[in-house]
Amino acid sequence: MEFTHQLIQQLINGVSLGSIYALIALGYTMVYGIIRLINFAHGDIYMLGAYVGFFATTTFKMPFLPALIMAMAVAAVVGIVIERAAYRPLRQAPKIAVLITAIGVSLLLEYGGMILVTPQPRTFPAVFPAHTYNIGGIIVNNQQIVILAVSIALMVLLTYIVHRTKTGKAMRAVSFDTDAARLMGIDVDRIISITFAIGSGLAAAAGVLVGIYYNSIDPLMGIMPGLKAFVAAVLGGIGIIPGAMLGGIILGVIEALVSGFISSTFRDAAAFAILIVILLFRPSGLLGKNVREKV
Amino acid sequence: MLRKILSQALVIMLIAALAAGCGGGQPKADVIKLGANLEMTGGNATFGASAANGAKLAIKEVNAKGGVLGKQLTLTVADNKSEAAEAANAMQKLITQDKVVAVIAPIASSSVIAGAQVNQDNKVLAISPTASNPKVTVDPATGKVRDFLFRAAFIDPFQGSVMANFAAKTLKAKTAALYIDNSSDYAKGLGQFFKETFVKSGGKIVAEEAYLQKDTDFKATLTKIKAQNPDVLFVPGYYQEVGMIVKQARELGLNMPIMGGDGWDSAKLPEIAGTQALNNTFFSNHYSPDDNSPAVKAFVEAYKKEYNQIPDAFAALAYDATMMVIEAIKRANSADPVKIKDELAKTKDFQAVSGLITLNATHDPVKSAVIIEMKDGKQTFREKVNP
Repeated sequence: MEFTHQLIQQLINGVSLGSIYALIALGYTMVYGIIRLINFAHGDIYMLGAYVGFFATTTFKMPFLPALIMAMAVAAVVGIVIERAAYRPLRQAPKIAVLITAIGVSLLLEYGGMILVTPQPRTFPAVFPAHTYNIGGIIVNNQQIVILAVSIALMVLLTYIVHRTKTGKAMRAVSFDTDAARLMGIDVDRIISITFAIGSGLAAAAGVLVGIYYNSIDPLMGIMPGLKAFVAAVLGGIGIIPGAMLGGIILGVIEALVSGFISSTFRDAAAFAILIVILLFRPSGLLGKNVREKV
Repeated sequence: MLRKILSQALVIMLIAALAAGCGGGQPKADVIKLGANLEMTGGNATFGASAANGAKLAIKEVNAKGGVLGKQLTLTVADNKSEAAEAANAMQKLITQDKVVAVIAPIASSSVIAGAQVNQDNKVLAISPTASNPKVTVDPATGKVRDFLFRAAFIDPFQGSVMANFAAKTLKAKTAALYIDNSSDYAKGLGQFFKETFVKSGGKIVAEEAYLQKDTDFKATLTKIKAQNPDVLFVPGYYQEVGMIVKQARELGLNMPIMGGDGWDSAKLPEIAGTQALNNTFFSNHYSPDDNSPAVKAFVEAYKKEYNQIPDAFAALAYDATMMVIEAIKRANSADPVKIKDELAKTKDFQAVSGLITLNATHDPVKSAVIIEMKDGKQTFREKVNP
């Protein structure tokens, strides 16, 4: 009984952590799917979203939902600007050049953020009071429920956009074959911009949720979750949207179980060990098909 | 035209700088110069500002009573920008340019250690108000005591033992869990000595867990600790992670007392953890403004009058460090840096704000600690523990 109790509690902890990884991983995977770029600045967009949410709720006294939407909107615009300024001029350059630029953008956001908002961590205001529910010894709080609900809602919305709208169809076309899509009259640059906007918006939503849940944000908060989300995206199969969701949840649960039943010091090691194992045995990820690279 | 003006300005500035440099070279005979090498800007700026206030207050009080050896004291403050490399430069400047006879050293252990060689080479002492790492006064390479380095704070092992005794005797805890910041030597030191003392007094450690700085999710580990059901939880980290740990622990229904060390001492802690969650938590500190001893009362009153705020531990320890140096000058009956150092090393039963200070062979103070209890987000004085 004691063991099952603990197991269920750890699963709840893991799922709420994992849904955050999943939201960030979605952006990684979408961008990779469309321009084959690991956007290392993605974790910092998540940080940016948390700060926009922070100023929206403190300086402008917005309630939760408008603050969330505002953070997503600002991050979407920043995502588009970054793509225009840093990645688009390198569209024809070797992949490694774009990758290094992405690292540069990431550092710019981190340390630029430090100048703008100071390195001191800030305390996120409680936008809605925390309630804990004790269901037969299993503890769930309403913030965890909100995180899960918002994540699922956004994922459903994303799936709808990708599969049921014209823009989504164009995204899938560009991802499948950029040149053929361009020949069919699709404005590839516009689709790439939209992809960055959506991915950045999702990361910003994760940032606001994390700010509310953990109560503390700082300019370097995006580094570790960014890396973990990258692992989640690879785990699920990079470039595949349901894979990012699955990868995020699995990673969160594994971390919770490792800290809970083995040792807390192995938690990060476990996350990155998964990355290595996946790359060795199933490089295309859990949901990925083994397709040969087109030459 | 613009270039000409610029070059003229440059020449004037150079001349001014030269003149200023020469001026500093001749100490006036009727004052005794002390220096302070502190974190006035950068990440630890709030700590440095408090410490500078404490040191200035000490000097002002002594000067008002006629100074020492019939001379007035002055304090030259150099900014080390909260960086170890800058701390060494600031130390060099204070000693060689400003010719101070003793220096109030930086807050951070790493910055004190960075400047240590400058002190040894020039034979001018430095006393850190707060540096708690044993390496500050003992050179780890040779195992020898650094002659010219001192501190006014107790070192890490003492805090760990104090909290273990408090848990075992006052809180009557039989079992304890440790949750340690694995990226900090400070936290590991406290944890180790807590464990040793707690086990010696008959207690049992039921869980030993670790986290890293910048971690945000502690729920998995806390769930595991909860299953062990310890009487107390010891979290000797810094306030940022500690705040989140306390918050998440309470959310998961861990209602036992949670304890820590002086890394908890921050106004940010109640903001992060929430005032409710912080009830039933305790930490050790160097001093409490609510302490009823006459020395503390007098200091708090003077400080409030001067700066219109309540002094924190940094201010109190910097005040103590400055007073210890002044006392040493008095006893040495000389402003010779080496003689001051010799007398400072002999400090015994000196009544300071943070308790009765005696320096041991490794220049570490042996003195009392206070235990602070958090009540509705306010620090309240719980008890004083003697070594």
